[in-house]
Amino acid sequence: MGTILNVDGLTKKFGHLVAVNQLSFTIEKGNVYGILGPNGSGKSTTLGIILNVVNRTSGSFQCFNGTTSTHEALKKVGAIIERPNFYPYMTAVQNLKLVCKIKEVSVDKIAEKLELVGLLDRQHSKFRTYSLGMKQRLAIASALLNDPEILILDEPTNGLDPQGIHQIRQIIKKIAGQGTTILLASHLLDEVEKVCSHVVILRKGKKLYSGPVDEMLASHGFFELKSNDMEQLHAFLEKQAIFGKLTQENGLLTAYLKEELAAEELNQMLFKEGIVLSHLMKRKESLEEQFLTLTQNEN
Amino acid sequence: MVRLLQIEFIKLWNNRASRILIASYFILLTSIALVAAIKFDIGPVQFHLADQGIFNFPYIWHFNSYITAIFKLFLAIVIVSMMANEYSNKTIKQNLIDGLSKKEFILSKFLTVTAFSLVSTLFVFLVSLILGLIYSDYDEFSIIFSDLEFLLAFFFKLMGFFSFCLFLGILIKRSAFALGFLILWAILEQVFFGLLGWKVMSWEAAQRVKNFFPLEATANLIKEPFSRLSAVQNIGEQIGESMNFDYHVYWYEFLIVILWTLIFVYLSHALLKKRDL
Repeated sequence: MGTILNVDGLTKKFGHLVAVNQLSFTIEKGNVYGILGPNGSGKSTTLGIILNVVNRTSGSFQCFNGTTSTHEALKKVGAIIERPNFYPYMTAVQNLKLVCKIKEVSVDKIAEKLELVGLLDRQHSKFRTYSLGMKQRLAIASALLNDPEILILDEPTNGLDPQGIHQIRQIIKKIAGQGTTILLASHLLDEVEKVCSHVVILRKGKKLYSGPVDEMLASHGFFELKSNDMEQLHAFLEKQAIFGKLTQENGLLTAYLKEELAAEELNQMLFKEGIVLSHLMKRKESLEEQFLTLTQNEN
Repeated sequence: MVRLLQIEFIKLWNNRASRILIASYFILLTSIALVAAIKFDIGPVQFHLADQGIFNFPYIWHFNSYITAIFKLFLAIVIVSMMANEYSNKTIKQNLIDGLSKKEFILSKFLTVTAFSLVSTLFVFLVSLILGLIYSDYDEFSIIFSDLEFLLAFFFKLMGFFSFCLFLGILIKRSAFALGFLILWAILEQVFFGLLGWKVMSWEAAQRVKNFFPLEATANLIKEPFSRLSAVQNIGEQIGESMNFDYHVYWYEFLIVILWTLIFVYLSHALLKKRDL
């Protein structure tokens, strides 16, 4: 495998504001990473530092085990930051040729990459005539020109319509399927949940968690329950040591587990007590719920 | 180096506005030849500008390099906007992300500016040579190729001026404001000179200080050629004014301009390095 990116104690201050605070994490080859955090949590600043457009205050980072200078390393990286930036007066092909020149790769792959993002039929249109979705797809094509070892995407679906979002996600999945390492910054949790295997969670520039998505919370999941006699159900569950927090919302009782418990066992237990359920569902926390739990814990 | 020039060429050549401006600039450089066509024929008064000696070697080097340098303003617009547009389109960020280093970025701009100056100098050389060969009263080899330092001065004058434009483009990030600032700066140099001469020191000393200001230093490389014309000299003698005007280019004048060029390129790079994009 091997390490692609190693970030160590990275800090960035804008005056008094600490945008990134002592951030450390490692990106291993072949995984899809998500950087999660609310707006203003330092995601874009972190990526900006790695991509050599924002100066760090302290700390360090190494690409590809520090064997090359940063701008040489960037030639092996594909990156999209926030908005797609191209020369508006140039066509898609002209813009991509320029990128090839900068990255010092041959122009042979332009057609192939435009095909991948579905822009081949508009390749000779000027960039300024493109819709936002097309601009974003061109940016992805541009980032892929050098067949990068790692693809860095910063809010790739920001401002797109549902169709555009879907297209971009399909493209990302396709690329991930080819074994390219991806680092995806987003505040859209379902986006990260759908494509990422690992996450780094930031809040106010500090790292809250980094690791595999499913190990984020040491959690056994929870039950959603409904019965004719909710009070009896609530009273019974409260007495059981196995359950932690109980909440009731919209006529649905949510019971969080402290230990592992199968749905069949619970059903049996309740039936013995004379409680008949009209609704029983065992669930794991979604990334969104885990994320909110994590960020709230820190308050 | 070729790669950096190619990168800049793609950016410039695909932009219609800069393509037109660059083309007009070189057409204007050539149009100096049209001066030769100026003829007045009003009865007894016959005046043909080409016969007044302005195309005589070696004077033509001085005259043409002075006149054509005025057209540099056309290229100044192109250069300021090629820098400022990188900021307004945010393509500078994209260039850096794509793997261009900040040093390479500045270097590609500076090389382009140098190429512009070099091509302009070649242009002026060829146009003047042809005009001279047609109209000059002297055509000895040694006379034709004397006083060529004016062309060297022309090259450094353009390079210094364009480097200043580059720096303003990076500093101000908006082409219109940067051009405005360029004009303001030209006025400020004069105001500063006026203040120095009026309050601080003698006018001679103020003049010497003024020659160190960036725009004045580039202007000072090629001094006005008109008082060298025999016609003008004759008038001067008739009204009893002798004109002993020093029109030579001195080595320290080159040095000042080269220093400014280096300073501007260095400052551009330093500014880019310091800034977060």
